[in-house]
Amino acid sequence: MVDEVSKKPVVPVQKKRVSRRVFLTDSARGAGVALIVGTGLWSKAKIAHPIPFREIRPPGALPEEDFLGRCIRCGLCVRSCPYDTLRLSKVEEPGVVGTPFFKAREVPCEMCEDIPCVAACPTGALDKGLTDIEKSRMGLAVLSDQETCLNFLGLRCEVCYRVCPVMDKAITLERSQNQRTGNHAMFIPTVHSDHCTGCGKCERSCVLTDAAINVLPIALVKGEMGKHYRLGWVEKEKKGSPLVPSIMNKPLGQWGKDK
Amino acid sequence: MGSSVEVRKVGEEAKLKKGWFLAYKWLILRRFSQVFIIGIFLLGPLAGIWFITGNLNASLILNTVPLTDPFLTLQVWMSGRDLESQAVIGLVIVLGFYLFVGGRVFCSWVCPINIVTDMASWLRRVLGLPKGIDLSRTTRYWMLAVVFVLPAIGGQLYWEMINPVSIVQRGLIFGIGISWVAVVMVFLFDLLVSSDGWCGRICPMGALYSLLTPVARLRVTASWRDKCNDCLDCYKVCPEPHVIKPALKGESLGLGPKILDINCTNCGRCIDVCAPNVFEFAINFSDNSRISL
Repeated sequence: MVDEVSKKPVVPVQKKRVSRRVFLTDSARGAGVALIVGTGLWSKAKIAHPIPFREIRPPGALPEEDFLGRCIRCGLCVRSCPYDTLRLSKVEEPGVVGTPFFKAREVPCEMCEDIPCVAACPTGALDKGLTDIEKSRMGLAVLSDQETCLNFLGLRCEVCYRVCPVMDKAITLERSQNQRTGNHAMFIPTVHSDHCTGCGKCERSCVLTDAAINVLPIALVKGEMGKHYRLGWVEKEKKGSPLVPSIMNKPLGQWGKDK
Repeated sequence: MGSSVEVRKVGEEAKLKKGWFLAYKWLILRRFSQVFIIGIFLLGPLAGIWFITGNLNASLILNTVPLTDPFLTLQVWMSGRDLESQAVIGLVIVLGFYLFVGGRVFCSWVCPINIVTDMASWLRRVLGLPKGIDLSRTTRYWMLAVVFVLPAIGGQLYWEMINPVSIVQRGLIFGIGISWVAVVMVFLFDLLVSSDGWCGRICPMGALYSLLTPVARLRVTASWRDKCNDCLDCYKVCPEPHVIKPALKGESLGLGPKILDINCTNCGRCIDVCAPNVFEFAINFSDNSRISL
């Protein structure tokens, strides 16, 4: 009887104490492991992922931060692409593993009118609001090497201009004088960001061994003037008359040609 | 007598008594299921038969029925993004399935990493390697918490940068690259660092799936537990051995015979290795009746 009385309270209580301590230390260890892994992942994401500059996102891709929060790396966009343009980033490639991209020099985007890759995306990482492929901004073509571009050398290549799906808008040929010969014209391929979709056909078609025109992520190449800038001539056009009328009333000097 | 017990191989008795096939039946079916799933995904890229496209993260059957993985979808949701209808429909279908068969059926019947960790576990038994670091099995729930909290703070799917489950599965379907390194790492971790370490202690994906199990109808059931001869083979092959005891030995406490622990992966190896046929798969109904499989 004494045994039963003394055993019953002692044994379970002792057991409980031990198991609680074990439980707490185990939990602390588990939490520790998880926190180490979490911190590691956090810093890896902060450090190791600048914008991959040769890996262009599919049409309609949200800005990179949003894209990486939505893309579940399923590859349905890749499978929907009729031209096998898109691929998923592998572990050893610079992009975030499992996310879709294309390399313009290898296979550019053919700009399908029905944009199947956007339709295939189950999570909206590719924005379904994009219905006109010419409004897509996958990247921006940049004529990055004026020293090797044949048109800059005064020749008439302009393949980039001719293959551009948004012809005469995204790339125009701007005429200038060939300073070397003195009597020829140069036709300078000039990219306009308000029309360039970043499809990469220009880069793909550039006849050089290494393309002189390259599609790069917009965030990497596009400048930002700053909200405080005012362009005098634009403002003047908006107003319909000179901004500061008195300037026009100044007395004409001896060199004034205006009559 | 003690030495003869040690020498006896796990499952040997079942092989002698039930024959080779019945001693491996559920293991064979499971391997078939795992290979079959990778196989139908590969039919598209290899043979041009697009029965299912995508990968385990999200897929589309016959270009109409979407499937989306809850582990991934919930991370997207945690990152503050709304879910599109296709993702939600896919999520409902997948959740429905695992709520019925038990969440961790994903682990033992679908996940490709399971083949790797099963191999490590088998080799460990054969070589008689020590258990290694005994991380608590609750670690995975801490991992799960971290994996879900990170997107809420930073807005990205951080775990996907290293998740070997999706990296390997995607690699098999979309081009492996050096993703096989993930396989080697998990294998070595389970073999040399911690037994049943990855699936049993670390993997937050399995942890999430385990949370779907409480209402599952498909259960391993120790229906003939009175025939148990205490050989312990089921404990030895089980990747989550703690789940067995209440069902097998808990009769006096009013427990069992269903294995109710959320971390039972319904792999069925205990059924295979049991010579006296104590266990069975059963679909249970609310009126306590059940259909044996």
